[in-house]
Amino acid sequence: MSERIVGGVHEARVHDSAHKHVTGAAVYVDDIPEPARTVQVHIGQSARAHARLVRMDLDAVRRAPGVVAVLTAADIPGVNDLSAVHAHDEPVFAVDKVMFAGQALFAVAAETRLQARRAAALAVVEYADLPPVLDTDTARAAGDLVWPIGRMQRGDAPAALARAPRRLQGRMTIGGQEHFYLEGMVALAVPGEDGDVLVHCSTQHPSEGQLLIAQVLGVPSHAVTVECRRMGGAFGGKETHANLFAAVAALVARATGRPAKCRLDRDDDMIMTGKRHDFTIDYEVGFDETGVIKAVAMDFASRCGWSADLSGPVNDRALFHADNCYFYENVRLACFPCRTNMVSATAFRGFGGPQGVVAAERVIEEVAFALGLDPLDVRKRNFYGRAERNLTPYHQAIEDNIIHELVEELERTSNYRARRDEIRAWNRTSRWQRRGLALTPVKFGISFTMTAYNQAGALLHVYRDGSIQLNHGGTEMGQGLYVKVAQVVAEELQVDIDRIRLTATNTSKVPNTSATAASSGSDLNGMAAQAAARTIKERLTAFAAARAQASAEEVVWLPGRIRVKGEEILFDKLVHDAYFARIQLSATGFYATPKIHWSREEGRGRPFYYYAYGAACSEVTVDTLTGEHRVDRVDILHDVGRSLNPAIDLGQVEGGFIQGMGWLTMEELWWDADGRLRTHAPSTYKIPCASDRPPVFNVRLMEGVANREPTIHRSKAVGEPPLMLAISVLHAISDAVASIADHKLPPRLDPPATPEKVLAAIERLRASDSGGAP
Amino acid sequence: MRDSIEFLLGHERRSLRGVDPTLTVLDYLRSHEHRKGTKEGCAEGDCGACTVVLARPAGGRLDYRAVNACIQFVPTLDGCQLLTVEDLQGPDGELHPVQRALVEAHGSQCGFCTPGFVMSLFPLWRAGGGATRAEIADRLAGNLCRCTGYGPILAAAERLAETPGATAHLLGREVEVLAQLEALADDRSTLLIEDGDRRFLAPATLEALADLLLAHPGATVLAGSTDVGLWVTKQDRRLETIIWLGRVAELREIRASAEAIEIGAGVTCADGMAALAAEWPDMGEVYRRYASPPIRNTATIGGNIANGSPIGDSAPLLIAAGATLVLRRGRQRRRLPLEDFFLAYGKQDRRPDELVEAVIVPRRRPEQRFRAYKISKRFDQDISAVLGAFTITLDGGTVREARIAYGGMAATPKRAAAAEASLRGRAWAEPTVRAAMAALAQDFSPITDMRASAGYRLQVARNLLLKAWLETSGHSAETRLVGDRSLAHV
Ligand SMILES: Cc1cc2nc3c(=O)[nH]c(=O)nc-3n(C[C@H](O)[C@H](O)[C@H](O)COP(=O)(O)OP(=O)(O)OC[C@H]3O[C@@H](n4cnc5c(N)ncnc54)[C@H](O)[C@@H]3O)c2cc1C
Ligand code: FES
Ligand code: FES
Repeated sequence: MSERIVGGVHEARVHDSAHKHVTGAAVYVDDIPEPARTVQVHIGQSARAHARLVRMDLDAVRRAPGVVAVLTAADIPGVNDLSAVHAHDEPVFAVDKVMFAGQALFAVAAETRLQARRAAALAVVEYADLPPVLDTDTARAAGDLVWPIGRMQRGDAPAALARAPRRLQGRMTIGGQEHFYLEGMVALAVPGEDGDVLVHCSTQHPSEGQLLIAQVLGVPSHAVTVECRRMGGAFGGKETHANLFAAVAALVARATGRPAKCRLDRDDDMIMTGKRHDFTIDYEVGFDETGVIKAVAMDFASRCGWSADLSGPVNDRALFHADNCYFYENVRLACFPCRTNMVSATAFRGFGGPQGVVAAERVIEEVAFALGLDPLDVRKRNFYGRAERNLTPYHQAIEDNIIHELVEELERTSNYRARRDEIRAWNRTSRWQRRGLALTPVKFGISFTMTAYNQAGALLHVYRDGSIQLNHGGTEMGQGLYVKVAQVVAEELQVDIDRIRLTATNTSKVPNTSATAASSGSDLNGMAAQAAARTIKERLTAFAAARAQASAEEVVWLPGRIRVKGEEILFDKLVHDAYFARIQLSATGFYATPKIHWSREEGRGRPFYYYAYGAACSEVTVDTLTGEHRVDRVDILHDVGRSLNPAIDLGQVEGGFIQGMGWLTMEELWWDADGRLRTHAPSTYKIPCASDRPPVFNVRLMEGVANREPTIHRSKAVGEPPLMLAISVLHAISDAVASIADHKLPPRLDPPATPEKVLAAIERLRASDSGGAP
Repeated sequence: MRDSIEFLLGHERRSLRGVDPTLTVLDYLRSHEHRKGTKEGCAEGDCGACTVVLARPAGGRLDYRAVNACIQFVPTLDGCQLLTVEDLQGPDGELHPVQRALVEAHGSQCGFCTPGFVMSLFPLWRAGGGATRAEIADRLAGNLCRCTGYGPILAAAERLAETPGATAHLLGREVEVLAQLEALADDRSTLLIEDGDRRFLAPATLEALADLLLAHPGATVLAGSTDVGLWVTKQDRRLETIIWLGRVAELREIRASAEAIEIGAGVTCADGMAALAAEWPDMGEVYRRYASPPIRNTATIGGNIANGSPIGDSAPLLIAAGATLVLRRGRQRRRLPLEDFFLAYGKQDRRPDELVEAVIVPRRRPEQRFRAYKISKRFDQDISAVLGAFTITLDGGTVREARIAYGGMAATPKRAAAAEASLRGRAWAEPTVRAAMAALAQDFSPITDMRASAGYRLQVARNLLLKAWLETSGHSAETRLVGDRSLAHV
């Protein structure tokens, strides 16, 4: 008997679907064999950003070859609304008014995709244009917010700002980001009896899809099943925005009695679905001569697009992270979720948090430049204390602060100080290229700030032959959730992981689940699955004990077997016997995160169960003639507690970093003056590719830092926090640019740091420093 | 005339008749063959999720090339072996080394990009692996992964040569495949695929091609399909008559003489870049960053010129080099300086029944300094915001002639006449260069779009000229961030 099971926790286990990924055998929604008579759905879209709908003539669409059905708002049996937050501002199909270019007007179902697409183009739509609102200042002036203003404050920021020895203010903008999951939105709805519908959907939130589909169809939730085995990437983009396509497919299935598939072309996907929020931030900071921050005031205004969607909590999370790792003695933060005539901005890895951290780091940079200090020193001087100076702007005391030792370690291993000197010296001799270095920290709060979402369920079956089937509410989008949760169950039952079959997330197996989001997947579902496994383990223990006339304590679980009173019983045999003894071999598990609460009205609470930490040190070279840059080296030290699976976690850290780097450097969303998105395909919207990975990329998970809270095997969430490590790249570019004016002037480089933005910053410094052309 | 498309899908012979002439290989695989391993991520050649491999006979062996199935039409499979991710696994389920290396390196997360990476790496594996990181990254420029950050994929690619796995089922049958494909290639009859009033014609000789175009003026000449494919997938354009030049061997020739290199219109960017780079080194640098290997494996230099795009990379490069375009109508040929081909936005000096036959690129003379720079938001596989190409012919320290051409600065690829004039006869020195930089404002009033603002375009166009001077006037400072940096000061 082996002394350790295969695939227990803390093992660097390969992704459960890796073999299927590389052979093409992994089934995504579009790969499911289509049932006979499946119709293909295309959604007709608004061509205008803001207009009254004067007339919509769909006769030609209906008459087009192959068309089976054309549906508009009038054909919705239930409620024409998909707002996930019950803001009632998100019709499935527009009525009377369009709010963004790309909004759904109608659906056409045809025998083929091409027929549906061609038919949709025949629609005659008359608009009476209204002026589109495309910026936050206009929206704020008009008081048009999608969600109420959020505020957090502690101390008296205005008074402290007035008193502070030094004081600075500024404005920055932070660009949005397209998810660019490789698999576009897709749903396949199969009608059943009694008005039931089964929807296969690429979604992070099957339960919400179920609820909203039911609402749109006007049926109870029990009539709708949503299933998702895997997504080809999601990153927050499929949290709420998958619902439209699922609902439309379900509507068509209901209306035609035929299976209906709605799969988006990439351009339609990018035009019709939400992105990371962009922000404009007005900041003011008061500090002393040593760089210690006395007071901060920041207003965050974001372009939320046409509907509320998740913008309220996204904006809140920006505020929750506007402190990053820094203690603000006096602080006043506010967010203004602005309505704009654009696609509704939505969840994206970090959920507003990254924008908060970017703003915090800008403030640090301002202070450092004002005082001529190394930004890293300013950072360290303002770190939250371990036991004092540890109160956040939302009045949660930080109890698990490890940023000091983490940054110390990275500073040492990355050789930050010596390299900084070397780079400064090099820059003095290099006229056209400049190098830059920056080390930035991250602290990220873990939990849904909507407390109710912090719950999860699991369902575990042990079959008579000893094989195990595992199901939970979390969805697999590539992050390795399934394998991690399976490792938890394997560990609990002391069986090899091959025994466990993971099954597709399905609303009929585990109900009322939360979105797989907020980095919470393995925290929540791991705990729920562990609870289910423990229930079964307890039953088997009791059974074995009773049969051997022993106490439960005398039953010892060993790899693949138990030992009781000196006798070893294989797991298979135990299960087999338990079945015949009529022991229930199926269990549910449930978990609700303890300790957390939050009141938005009061701006107070403990929204986060714990924090995850990390830091990165990046070095870049900038071409001062073109504004291009190259990332030369990155060192990362990241905290995942005791990793459930170090291979998976490393993948999250690296992938998150590169994604964050893309956001802050090359990924640029560009709307024209009429409010149409012009970067709606990979030809115009550039995400990092293989050569963008830094040639020297040292990534380490911090050791010996078990989560202080009793999370699943003392691990920490890892999905979102690493994205923010990439802020070090932005600041390294900024450092390189600053050398133009001998580090006397702040470059105020707003992301994304495209060549154009970088060259503009260089020119500004050149002009205000010595004056003159390159 | 032959009315069936003949090719191998894996090791199975396919003879397709009566297919939609613009059915993409991707749709064919997924819908007709139920091979669902090949994915659609963009349907425009930019993400690599659909990457498949085509093998063609070349010099007595099989030449494996990755291509984007999403923008290739099924009739262009004629004479090929098409390999998809499903073909790689051994018959007993054993993974192919490429697949195994990816699994072992944790190279997939969501896995949607993975089949494409597998297929992009397959030709590299077949060539023996052993590539450097930079070479591997170049290979993978057309494969986007949003999950992994690429590290594990690059690591896997570095270990291809050492990784064991199932290979016999492929290697053991190469001789047989080669023989079958060579037999197919012997057929000289024109392939004709008809679907209602639409037709796809694929002649096997240059004469037949020219005659067909005379007979069908205004037909869509199809070369590598990297533009035309998108007309279909993105714009749903209806193409009545397509004449494909991919079977015409003469057009794939590169002919070198003492004075010039003649590049046939069927020469792909992948095949042409080495010949061009040998004379005009920076052309190699630009083509390395032009699109991606799967695109360059089909996109032709001729097509990149013929499409008249103001942001195509080939035209400014070749204009700066002083290239001549050869056009052919039936049996007649005419020649014109490449810059004269571009009349206005979307308008070229080409009759509807005329064919681009070749481009003649002079060899570089020792007194000519050539530099070219591609500016884009991402280094690899991005359309240029600005491309600047500079040929400065020096007489000692004096500029005898300057040929400066830009892409992205006007409605066509265009020479910078005022800047050139301000340099001519002057010393190749900073003051004259600064004057020429200023003169660029007379030459161009660029537009603002999603790639760059007008202001940036003009400024960077100027700075590129400065950079060209820096690199050719005895300075030694580092000026390049990527690519072969030794080329900066040669
Ligand atoms: C993902 C992607 C990335 C790209 N990146 C770049 C890039 O970095 N730089 C760049 O310059 N371009 C880029 N392109 C554009 C594209 O590769 C070129 O325009 C390409 O060279 C066109 O050549 P082709 O052989 O594919 O032509 P096709 O698509 O077959 O044809 C293009 C046009 O030329 C005409 N044509 C072709 N050959 C002839 C001929 N012999 N005689 C007359 N007419 C002819 C066709 O009728 C058609 O109008 C990219 C395209 C894609 C899809
Ligand atoms: S599907 Fe994206 S390249 Fe073909
Ligand atoms: S693994 Fe998800 S896109 Fe590459």
